[in-house]
Amino acid sequence: MLDTRGRPNRLGVWGWLGGGRWGPERYLYTLHRVTGLGLLIYFLLHVVVTSSRARGMAAWEAAMGRVTGPLFTLGEFLVFAAFAYHAVNGVRLVLIELGFAIGKPIEPVYPYRTSVHEQRPLAIGVMLLAGLLVLAGGLDFFVLP
Amino acid sequence: MRDQRLWTWHLLAGLVILVFLGLHMAIMHLDALLGLFNPAGGHPVAWDNVVARAKHGFFTVSYIVLLGAALFHGLYGLRNILFELGPGPGLKKGLNALLTVGGLVTFVYGAWAAWAATALARTL
Repeated sequence: MLDTRGRPNRLGVWGWLGGGRWGPERYLYTLHRVTGLGLLIYFLLHVVVTSSRARGMAAWEAAMGRVTGPLFTLGEFLVFAAFAYHAVNGVRLVLIELGFAIGKPIEPVYPYRTSVHEQRPLAIGVMLLAGLLVLAGGLDFFVLP
Repeated sequence: MRDQRLWTWHLLAGLVILVFLGLHMAIMHLDALLGLFNPAGGHPVAWDNVVARAKHGFFTVSYIVLLGAALFHGLYGLRNILFELGPGPGLKKGLNALLTVGGLVTFVYGAWAAWAATALARTL
């Protein structure tokens, strides 16, 4: 058992990075946090930049002119991908929080099966859905006119 | 009890964001595939499209609802992450105040921008 020495999170930020015995779901948790923080930073900047539309066409076009170019397109695509992941993984987390897709309680008989095994198909399904959304976004950003 | 209530609001805000940000992303970033709400054609951020959307009360309301839900969801999520790192009671209080005031100021500014953009678009 982890010795927390009276502090609930002895490992701090580095504790996010290790999956340990939790497996892939723990890395989904890490990615959920990273994408969430990225989206929050982008969102706060987005509110400031897009508020220029309230000052008319010249202000809007000047603001949009400052955020164009291949680097910004790539950045926007990463924001889209972060949104797709965070949204579908968030739905998975809400479903699990509400008790869906976690299986029924069973006798602890060897070989043991945990709730994580019951949750895995949902995790795989939502990752496939996130992948499809990112693919559609990639098509729209980089391929279609 | 208070944290349970805030957590429930966090989940509900997430569902609101799923709907409205999903729509926003589809309009702004899946435009070549779906072509939603861009009546002037071309890029979704072209001024004529921005004006056309701003004229609709639906978009004004949806932007303000999305702004409030996203600020609450994002800043409460940030608060949880920061609190996990074990700050002392004084720092917790300071972080609560900072995030609340920062969220409210951003909400007022963003809501003003959405409302003012609609008012301006209706004069054009």
